[in-house]
Amino acid sequence: MSFQPDPRQLARFKFVLFLLCLLPAGRLLIAAVNNDFGPNPVEFVQRWTGTWTFNFLLLTLCVTPLRVIGQWPWLIRLRRMLGLFSFFYACLHLLAFIGFDHDFAIDAIARDVFKRPFVTVGFAAFIIMLALALTSSNRVIRWLGGKRWQELHRSIYLIGILGCIHYFWLVKATALLWPLAYSAMLALLLGWRIRERLRKAMPVPKIQAAKPLRFFKQKPD
Amino acid sequence: MLILRPADLPPSAITPEPVFRQRRKLLLAGSLLPLAAAAATPVRGEPLPATRSSNYTLPDRPTSYETVTSYGNFYEFGPDKDSPARNAHRLRTRPWTLTVDGEVKTAKAFAIEEVLKWAALEERIYRLRCVEGWSAVIPWIGFPFSELIKRVEPTGNAKFVEFLSLADNEQMPYIRLPLLDWPYVEGLRLDEAMHPLTLLAVGMYGEVMPKQNGAPLRLVVPWKYGFKSGKSLVRIRFVEKQPATAWTKSAPSEYGFYSNVNPEVPHKRWSQSHERRLGEFRKRPTLPFNGYAEQVAGLYAGMDLHKNF
Repeated sequence: MSFQPDPRQLARFKFVLFLLCLLPAGRLLIAAVNNDFGPNPVEFVQRWTGTWTFNFLLLTLCVTPLRVIGQWPWLIRLRRMLGLFSFFYACLHLLAFIGFDHDFAIDAIARDVFKRPFVTVGFAAFIIMLALALTSSNRVIRWLGGKRWQELHRSIYLIGILGCIHYFWLVKATALLWPLAYSAMLALLLGWRIRERLRKAMPVPKIQAAKPLRFFKQKPD
Repeated sequence: MLILRPADLPPSAITPEPVFRQRRKLLLAGSLLPLAAAAATPVRGEPLPATRSSNYTLPDRPTSYETVTSYGNFYEFGPDKDSPARNAHRLRTRPWTLTVDGEVKTAKAFAIEEVLKWAALEERIYRLRCVEGWSAVIPWIGFPFSELIKRVEPTGNAKFVEFLSLADNEQMPYIRLPLLDWPYVEGLRLDEAMHPLTLLAVGMYGEVMPKQNGAPLRLVVPWKYGFKSGKSLVRIRFVEKQPATAWTKSAPSEYGFYSNVNPEVPHKRWSQSHERRLGEFRKRPTLPFNGYAEQVAGLYAGMDLHKNF
């Protein structure tokens, strides 16, 4: 029998996970206190927040495979927090972009969003993410209904793909290793889902239609 | 009875106070940000005396030595900004030979010791603008490239100069990966190379060129994006045709042969109108020809700089 936490344990897990998820933000806070962001401060902040957005996105996508493979159904209770932390770091990432790159000038931001493909793609991913974050409370889930909510939230796959394109488009040819690694991880997580779906879609052998062997009737009296 | 016991710790084992005060910084550097490690322990190189040039100075404050030696692109040593600082220690700068050939009367090979004596070394403070959008202010030590012409006689066919960097997979671990078409090749038109601003640099910040910055000999062309200035040069060729340069071969639509700093011509994927000085949060406007328009704009009179980017 696999491990199943009781509600108190689960609450404790959630609390610890919450603190862990805050660590990357803590790293930024330490840098701010020491005024030590390295040689290229803005690049560091933008890379850091972007990388952690992606890390939490992948962690969120890990939950379902782990539930099934490891038979830990309770992991689903942690998924919303991981997804919202991905959104949290995406907000910081966007803030670093509009603040440091454009001094919060709306027209310059709008121009960049429409002119530069990697910004367009990143921004599109953020908008979808925003929609998912806004529909993540219990009340909204009830209002939408589970099925519709699930359909909407499948767009996390699209966010992941947009994230990969965003990453590929912003690096130089010499730095393709990281976007390649992230894309491979995403491909693995999405590939597992495709396989599961194919497996479930396979026709179940119709047991009733199969003719039972009639041993008994043929048995001589 | 009084028993005297020597202290458990000899005085030599006591942590010096400055180190003790740095403990959090050291922990942080070791655990969370390898980038900071280089900054925490500045090891300076061998001093290199040079006369400060009053013609080539700037009002801008030079970027810190720690920043310039810990952050940069030198893909032979790895793809990240801190890779050169971590891996360039493998470079052997002696013995070092510079070969000069191509369209010259007699091809020659010079030992680096000889090259260092070609001319009086001067210190020049130049702006450096990277095509990626960051910039720095660096006090280089070297002499004008035109000093080389005095030692070799280019023929009438010489129209361009090709600069080849070292590509040795023993010293440069990333030569094994096809990040670029090795060796790193850069090139200039002959008149660009002969311009008094074009510097053959052998040092910076008052010392011998650090390995991660292109020791022992590199080019500095301050009005062009940084990648035009080849590092760790082993061969200079005078050629008739425009050389196929490393980045132009890699992405011809993004990196042109000229690559003059130009705020009006955006890179294919980002704007070049502004830049960020290393260490600063705010952007500043990028100047045409990186602020050297007065001296070099004449080289490109009548040329469409949008086409010849």
